Amino acid sequence: MSAIRLILISLIAAVFMVSPLNAAAQIEIDITKGNLEPVPIAVPNFISSDVRAQEIGKNIAEVVRNDLERSGLFDALDPASFIETQTNIDYEPTFADWRVIKADALVSGRIVMESSNRIRVEYRLWDIFRGEQLSGLRFATTTDNWRRIAHKVADSIYEKLTGETGYFDSRIVFVDETGPKTNRRKRLAIMDQDGANPQYLLTGSDIVVTPRYSPDTQKITYMSYESVIPQIYLLDIETGRRELLGNFPGMTFAPRFSPDGRNMVLSLVKKGNSDIYSMDMVSRSTTRLTSSPAIDVSASYSPNGRQIVFNSDRGGSPQLYVMNANGSNSKRISFGDGRYTAPVWSPRGDKIAFVKSQKGRYSIGVMNPDGSGERLLTESYLDESPTWSPNGRVIMFNRETRGARGTSEVWSVDLTGQNLRKVPTPGKASDPAWSPILP
Amino acid sequence: MNIKTTITAGLAAVLLAACATTPEPEPVKEEPVEVVEAPVEVVPPSEPEALPPTIPTQPYTGPVPGSAEDFAYQAGGDSRVYFGYDRYELSAEARDALRKQAEWLKLYAEVTAVIEGNADERGTREYNLALGARRAESVKDFLVSQGVASSRLTTVSYGKERPIDGRSNEEGWSRNRNGHTNLISGTIG
Repeated sequence: MSAIRLILISLIAAVFMVSPLNAAAQIEIDITKGNLEPVPIAVPNFISSDVRAQEIGKNIAEVVRNDLERSGLFDALDPASFIETQTNIDYEPTFADWRVIKADALVSGRIVMESSNRIRVEYRLWDIFRGEQLSGLRFATTTDNWRRIAHKVADSIYEKLTGETGYFDSRIVFVDETGPKTNRRKRLAIMDQDGANPQYLLTGSDIVVTPRYSPDTQKITYMSYESVIPQIYLLDIETGRRELLGNFPGMTFAPRFSPDGRNMVLSLVKKGNSDIYSMDMVSRSTTRLTSSPAIDVSASYSPNGRQIVFNSDRGGSPQLYVMNANGSNSKRISFGDGRYTAPVWSPRGDKIAFVKSQKGRYSIGVMNPDGSGERLLTESYLDESPTWSPNGRVIMFNRETRGARGTSEVWSVDLTGQNLRKVPTPGKASDPAWSPILP
Repeated sequence: MNIKTTITAGLAAVLLAACATTPEPEPVKEEPVEVVEAPVEVVPPSEPEALPPTIPTQPYTGPVPGSAEDFAYQAGGDSRVYFGYDRYELSAEARDALRKQAEWLKLYAEVTAVIEGNADERGTREYNLALGARRAESVKDFLVSQGVASSRLTTVSYGKERPIDGRSNEEGWSRNRNGHTNLISGTIG
């Protein structure tokens, strides 16, 4: 095991273990940001003998640096400070040259043109302190697919050095917003997790909300005001085909897939009352899971599919509850002061993210599935719609600002409450939902 | 026309009466006339006073009866009723307005409406959609209790997606927490 990996693992362990084990423990707001020392890593532009490939090599290195830097765990060093310029990555680098600029790790990469539209991307990851190679990988792809390869390289570096799976080769579906607050147009859009490649998806309405990815990343479910009674729809990203999910007499909303993609949970309104149902994605038959006269919304499966966390005001104020996937054995898990809404189960299974409002301010928080270990990660006028990165390390959410000229932005924060960053979007954006790692 | 006919008839009757009866003249009795000197009192006329202005014959300037504008006008100036924070029960004021809405809806039986439930921006999207559904149902239930056929009313929740006031203060929020009776068909004008 490398020295760097040891450092990163201990950093992550320290971060994960700070949550108190006692359910009755005090709630803490983590305001210490950036107190972890990011690991300095050097990522020179990937080399090539081909002029066109040199450009790709430069772009790939830039995306890798950006991914690693944005994770908050790495400090991507400025290429202007590099002393050594490698001409062949099959030779060991001059470690002393990299030690001088205080790099702990080095990524040396190469692009080989295989044909006019195919490239081979190779890279080696070096531990500068120990003077040894940690990994060496090769990817082949089409030239216009270089960006995904860059994310895959960044994921493999992240995985090698942290021991955790990466999350860079993934996408975000979100709601693009235009127009003033009292006349907002909302449409669906997807982009890479770093904000690149935004594309708009066609839907039949000016108001679409709460999009979510299917586990196979090919489909998106969302709620739309396309018909008089708003309903949930399913959209195929490749074909653009969209389909009404069920045909209910009342409004359906808050859809979310089960982790295996075979079911969906949703809320259905009957006589003004919202209850949670599951829907079989093949037969489209529905099963009622809650039957309280209270609001029951925002259902989200545990990663093993056996439990569901949801939001209900059956106790007088909105709180979080966990029940079995068949609706049995529901019990309240949130007990702090304030109102709890919008729970989402982490893909790791160990945490539930939620929105908490207290004294007119909103926070994104996390707690253990039994309700213990509550931590608030953010606070603003309005933070909502949390979504987990595929590895359960990062939470993206929607932040709105006050007033008639208020805007809506997408932000991300670490599970630890550190590394709060704005995610670039083409315009006003809301309701981000992270895809699983792309196939 | 009527007046003219009456007058003509009246005149004819008088003329006829004059022709038919000519009474004998009675003998005149001569009486001596006594002259009394008396001071003549002169009463000056009052200063002229202006008459009060004539009552104008005004055209009706209110909304066209049976129109959506008329509905709002008759319901007290607003087709929305307002709710408290995270509440969906109707205030006394909202009930008053809804009674007037119901009266109007009973008068114009062809009109159908969508009751839209709205929430302010505070709170998460899905919870607010559920809250808006409750508000819309509260309004519908009350209108039905006042005799409006339930088949004429559908409900929809816009949650916090359709604010009418962009301000992020108590005034703006309280305007955005509403149930809107949106007339969709059968109105006049």
